[in-house]
Amino acid sequence: MSMIEISCIEVWREISNYIDAAIDPELRARMEAHLKGCAHCTAVLDGTKNVVKLLADGVEYELPRGFSQRLYSKLKD
Amino acid sequence: MGDVGKESMGTPKPHLDANEAELIQRVCQGDKEAFYGLVRPYERAVYTAAISILNNPADAEEVVQEAVLKAFSNLARFRGEAKFSTWLIQITINEARLKLRKDRRHLYESVDEPRTDEEGDYFPQDFADWREVPSEALQRKELRQALKHAIAGLAPKYREVLILRDVQHLSTEETAQALGISEGNVKTRLLRARLQMRDALAPGIDGSWATGKAEYKKVRPW
Repeated sequence: MSMIEISCIEVWREISNYIDAAIDPELRARMEAHLKGCAHCTAVLDGTKNVVKLLADGVEYELPRGFSQRLYSKLKD
Repeated sequence: MGDVGKESMGTPKPHLDANEAELIQRVCQGDKEAFYGLVRPYERAVYTAAISILNNPADAEEVVQEAVLKAFSNLARFRGEAKFSTWLIQITINEARLKLRKDRRHLYESVDEPRTDEEGDYFPQDFADWREVPSEALQRKELRQALKHAIAGLAPKYREVLILRDVQHLSTEETAQALGISEGNVKTRLLRARLQMRDALAPGIDGSWATGKAEYKKVRPW
């Protein structure tokens, strides 16, 4: 039985769930079949994965110097 | 500091680990220091949650202090229906939103909000092929700067979901609890946030940083 084709728009709609492995295996297989033949959707997927990878270390959100001490002092007041 | 009630340990708390349960008990018996022990592992998480809404380190720190004091005063009401960290983040988010409303800063932010409605689709604006980002590139100053700028450029409702999910690694369920929205909304907002981030970063990733050229031409299939 052949797989039902999926459009680019449907792929974009599910791309985040695909990265998070939050889709069912049947949809995943349809997306993978589409991605094999679609350079644009592959580019969107790769770029989105890179965004997730870049954000993961959280270095943009280091605590300001002295943050803990100031919080502790506030609690002691 | 506020009054912490004695009844808080009476009911079972399914999401509470043993160490946190013990610290809460100590706080309820009057040990203030124990409260700091309870909060300390989540300092960065609450700070990040506050900055995701306020976009300003000084305001975020002030809000965290207020939120932590509020959590202390309300510890008796903590029923363990969510993890202690999620509860603390929830209080911080509420405090940050209050501050934002008070400062009316959102009026200025909303000007930059992309014209997308929650139910409609977001279409990628750029199809540049990023491929793999080499790990040494992740540390490059321009990239980190561009990332910061792109996060700041998101509308607050997308930024807060992106930060809770992709920076703090909260689950979809925890993010929904912390923000008081449905899991479906978390997923929709996360998708938009990630795609908008990708579009915002494409000129650097696939253009100027790699080619050295100042100009970047969008890659579009049409």
